[in-house]
Amino acid sequence: MFDIKSVYEASSVSDAVNHLKQDEDAIVVCGGTDVLIRVREGKDAGKALVSVHNLAEIKGITMDSNENIIIGAGTCFYNITNNDIIKANLLSLGEACDTVGGPQIRQTGTIGGNICNGATSADSASTMRALDAEIVCVGPNGERTVPISEWYTGPGKTVRDRCEVVTKFIIKKENYKGYFGYYSKYGKRNAMEIATLGCSVLVKLSGDKSTIEDVKIAYGVAAPVPSRAPSAESFAKGKSISDENMYIEFGKKALSDMNPRDSWRASKEFREQLIKELATRSLKEAVRRAGGKI
Amino acid sequence: MASKSFIKFNVNGRDVEVPFDERESLYDTLRNQLDLTSVKKGCEVGECGACSVLINGRCVDTCIYLTKWAEGKSIVTVEGLKDEKGDLTDVQKQFIKEAAVQCGFCTPGFILKAVEIVGDNKPYTRDEIKKLIAGNLCRCTGYMNIVTAIEHAIYNNMKKQGKDYKLADNYKVYLDQGEEAKNKMTDELLLHQEAKDAQVVKEIFNNK
Repeated sequence: MFDIKSVYEASSVSDAVNHLKQDEDAIVVCGGTDVLIRVREGKDAGKALVSVHNLAEIKGITMDSNENIIIGAGTCFYNITNNDIIKANLLSLGEACDTVGGPQIRQTGTIGGNICNGATSADSASTMRALDAEIVCVGPNGERTVPISEWYTGPGKTVRDRCEVVTKFIIKKENYKGYFGYYSKYGKRNAMEIATLGCSVLVKLSGDKSTIEDVKIAYGVAAPVPSRAPSAESFAKGKSISDENMYIEFGKKALSDMNPRDSWRASKEFREQLIKELATRSLKEAVRRAGGKI
Repeated sequence: MASKSFIKFNVNGRDVEVPFDERESLYDTLRNQLDLTSVKKGCEVGECGACSVLINGRCVDTCIYLTKWAEGKSIVTVEGLKDEKGDLTDVQKQFIKEAAVQCGFCTPGFILKAVEIVGDNKPYTRDEIKKLIAGNLCRCTGYMNIVTAIEHAIYNNMKKQGKDYKLADNYKVYLDQGEEAKNKMTDELLLHQEAKDAQVVKEIFNNK
């Protein structure tokens, strides 16, 4: 038995928003793999849950006529990893989702919850950040779209109002077409582990596959919120992929953009080493995937 | 105050309607209302997998799954497993054969996870099996026998479906992955199969 006031199973997104508005103690729950654990820990004890668990309207992955990819916020990690659109276009996002918790968690945990809980360690968040995903949420004042760059406001905090429900994520065509990605997760265990550091790289090579046309790099746990490393990105643009030093320099530049901290999981110094190392490795792997010969 | 209500779902092939408190997690309901005590209460935070059941064919931790969410869904626990003759399923038989059970607390969760894995009707390598059972913890067996039992159940299922699949294929993938992987493969193979599957060992080494 959970220490909660009540559970309301919403019949639609707008129904959920109405119920969230009516009760000040109400919080939204979807997969439950974070919220119910917070309840068990006593952090969210006594809350009224408004559940969007079984809402078909926020599940599924589609591609619209402009080739933008739309991911329903209620889609579980397992269904993202095994979706054909994701496999063909956003492979690194699918792989990142495949590193969350364990298999059972990935059956119920959703990408919407992963982004909404605001954790810097969220495995899908760094790749979504690299993809410049747009977040669509519905609240009492209607629908709004927030770019992920403006989403996070601090550790565990986002611009989402308590009464708002995130319904979907939009990945624009120009942000994924031609890009190849790689997500590295460092943790002490291979499964059931919260990332000590996560690094997601997306790279687009020039026509002859000899230089980097564009690169995006985003980290989890390297700063209070999932963050991009702009100086590393601008440094690597136009550089030759066969220059070994470029990869090492790329890592150093990325470190200059980051602000890791000490925690019980790892020291600041260790995280700094990881920031450099994972940037180098992920970029190399992404370049290989893009067909570059290093 | 939270209200009592009724939920309708299908448990082990039977449509049931049971009273529940809406604050209950599914394992509370399965254990307390339906006496399905194979569903074990372990960590209560979705880490150990002892409370796993199949919901619409997929393995889910019931300790962090509200009973309310199961409305209209189909649930399978170990009590509901049987083959066409009413006997133990092949997965269960393989667990017994390979001694993949010690204290038994984690076993129902592992069995259901294995049923899901076998039900995918495709071959998995040992490494893939290890990843697939990463959501279930066992403190006794050291996992090796569990992986082997699942491996054999997959093999038997593939055979039953008439698919051309050799157990040795599971090890051959390691041959192309360098010296370290090759040694690991040899170690694992010899460690758990000894004389039992001598044929498999022979086949691989002959093909080397």
